[in-house]
Amino acid sequence: MIKLEKVSKEFGSTTALYQTTLEFLPQSTTVIIGPSGCGKSTILRLIIGLIKPDGGVVYVEGEVLDEDNLNFLRHKMGYVIQEGGLFPHLTAKENVLLMAKCLGNGRTEIEDRMVELCKLTKFPVDALDRYPVQISGGQRQRVSLMRALMLNPDILLLDEPLGALDPLVRFELQNDLREIFQRLGKTVIMVTHDIGEAGFFGDKIVLLKDGQIVQLGNITDLVNNPSDPFVTSFINAQRTRLESII
Amino acid sequence: MILHPSLITIANSENGVKVGSKKFTESVILGEMVSQLARSGGADVRYLKELGGTRVLWNSLLRGDIDIYPEYTGTIVEEILANEKIKVDKELKSVLAAKGIIMSDPLGFNNTYAIGMKEEVAERLKIKKISDLLKYPDLKFGLTSEFMNRGDGWPSLQKRYKLPQKNVRGIDHDLAYRGLEGGGIEVIDLYSTDAEIDYYNLRALEDDLNHFSNYNAVLLYRSNLKEIEPEALNEILNLQGQISENDMIKMNALVKIDGEPESEVASDFVRKKLSITTQPKKDTFLNRLGRNTLQHLFLVVVSLSAAIIISIPLGIWAYKSEKMGKAILGVVGIIQTIPSLALLVFMIPLLGIGATPAIVALFLYSLLPIVRNTYTGLHDIPSHIRESAEALGLSAFAKLRLIELPIASRSILAGIKTSAVINVGTATLGALIGAGGYGQPILTGIRLDNISLILQGAIPAAVLALLVQGLFDLSENFIVPKGLRLKEE
Ligand SMILES: Nc1ncnc2c1ncn2[C@@H]1O[C@H](COP(=O)(O)OP(=O)(O)OP(=O)(O)O)[C@@H](O)[C@H]1O
Ligand SMILES: [Mg+2]
Repeated sequence: MIKLEKVSKEFGSTTALYQTTLEFLPQSTTVIIGPSGCGKSTILRLIIGLIKPDGGVVYVEGEVLDEDNLNFLRHKMGYVIQEGGLFPHLTAKENVLLMAKCLGNGRTEIEDRMVELCKLTKFPVDALDRYPVQISGGQRQRVSLMRALMLNPDILLLDEPLGALDPLVRFELQNDLREIFQRLGKTVIMVTHDIGEAGFFGDKIVLLKDGQIVQLGNITDLVNNPSDPFVTSFINAQRTRLESII
Repeated sequence: MILHPSLITIANSENGVKVGSKKFTESVILGEMVSQLARSGGADVRYLKELGGTRVLWNSLLRGDIDIYPEYTGTIVEEILANEKIKVDKELKSVLAAKGIIMSDPLGFNNTYAIGMKEEVAERLKIKKISDLLKYPDLKFGLTSEFMNRGDGWPSLQKRYKLPQKNVRGIDHDLAYRGLEGGGIEVIDLYSTDAEIDYYNLRALEDDLNHFSNYNAVLLYRSNLKEIEPEALNEILNLQGQISENDMIKMNALVKIDGEPESEVASDFVRKKLSITTQPKKDTFLNRLGRNTLQHLFLVVVSLSAAIIISIPLGIWAYKSEKMGKAILGVVGIIQTIPSLALLVFMIPLLGIGATPAIVALFLYSLLPIVRNTYTGLHDIPSHIRESAEALGLSAFAKLRLIELPIASRSILAGIKTSAVINVGTATLGALIGAGGYGQPILTGIRLDNISLILQGAIPAAVLALLVQGLFDLSENFIVPKGLRLKEE
């Protein structure tokens, strides 16, 4: 279980997150959505401990996140950073195995897991020895995902894992990802600013604006019972241009 | 690498005689004589020739890095012991003795400033003494800028003798000789034992009013030399009173103009004048090249390795702590601004002369490029990569070792390469403080105006710099991870 309790965060004069309380239920997928700069990444970074809250407390697995248990709890979370964050000097395989090797996990166990993950994410095994610059954007996203899944964490934090992909690959990966989430029963927190994607994945959707929660609910709630005109305009802005033309 | 024991440091060993000389020909010849005589007196001799200036030699003598070197009384009174305000030459010995230094009797010649003219012109005008110049107010003077500005130089000389000449030009020394030949100039300043006196057939005018101080050549040596190497010292002191001005001019000319090796000239003189047969050390080109290469490599390898070992952690520290970073980069940056010659000379009171101070100075110079490139290499790692590493839960050390240093490796290597190339070049200055290396033939070449000798140092130094650069370019293939090199293809 992950919980933010009265958490706030400022960067200099900008408030990235106003005092917010938010709970993420185990084995559910929560999607955080909102316009650029509204504080989506900030929430994930607070949970993985890359930044510290100015006020309030972050709980992960029932424990208060602090310096002492930080790395221990990080091993229970898989994080895919917005820009991908693959290490350019390591091959796809080395990227995925890095942490497991550092922890001294058994060789065969690691190799088996690797094969399993390739199957799960549909990553071609023969591309494992390539470097990040030598594989496609979609493959990179899959490697990032494999790296996040390697230690079999209970929690997955995904910051726009499908950004910057062409619609076909994106569509395919969306299907793959949802299947993975359902099969593995993880607690997933995913950031996107695509309302369609949010509805596709999210058991629960958190709509943020300027560091504050505007509405919290499933996609039908957001469409049918908007708490604020902003909700409607945000959704409508995303109905495809195609619909309005044809 | 095999290191010659003498490379390690100039040990303050109890036995043997360490001879020094200044970086001009006369001093090198005198040092050569002293060395050969000491050797014939049965001592182990180490000759550190062409050291960079009076201060360097004097301090080395006080520290015992050298035991003996040739000096001039005027220099001792006016430069070395300027603060003691010595009036009478007799005081000199006792002041020196208080510092544990003994001054020999004069060797015989006085190498002072002199006023010179072409022999035939002087003869025609019947000019023997400086006072004789009074009769010829139209004579054209060409004087070096040093002489124009010295306390005992032109203005005071003119006042002393009431010289009437108005046509006085500042001119470069070499041009002055040529001017004399062409007749554009009739009177120049010179040192009374200059080789050119012989070559251009000049007459040094007698200083009949005793305007110029005496620069009698003497030997300065440590008082304990008497106990350590009495026989060698006895041999050496045979030189007292034996070298006339003419002798010295001849020897200077043999070396500077005829290009004979100092060792041969010194040995010939000692044999003819003192009837002592000495063994001049033969020094072939290959011999010299081998020795200089070894010495140069030693300076570079030791100082650069030390710099790498220290700089990379410093760079990491600077990256980890913002406050320390400013301090570290500031300090190594300031070190870099100290002129290299000044840094070398600063080292002498602390570390004496030889390889050690040179290595320390080279080490200090090599810090900045490596520290700065380590720092920037780490600092420029994109934040999403750094955060990914952190979010994985890697320990700080594992993160540094597995992620940050490999990604920064290209930048760090570039820093090391820069340091290495600078280091190879700067190490040539080490010869000025007795560290040897490729700087030695360069110094000698400059002194003798001998391009071929200069090239014997400059070319190997350039080749070494290129080699070092090539070596580091190659090593990039092993050190920089493959994934980072791919981008360029
Ligand atoms: N390190 C930082 N220093 C200063 N301001 C920051 C920093 N990180 C984030 N911010 C600011 O905090 C606010 C929220 O940033 P955040 O990264 O959470 O946005 P986001 O919702 O993820 O946006 P996007 O969809 O563009 O990724 C923004 O106004 C951003 O400019
Ligand atoms: Mg973001």
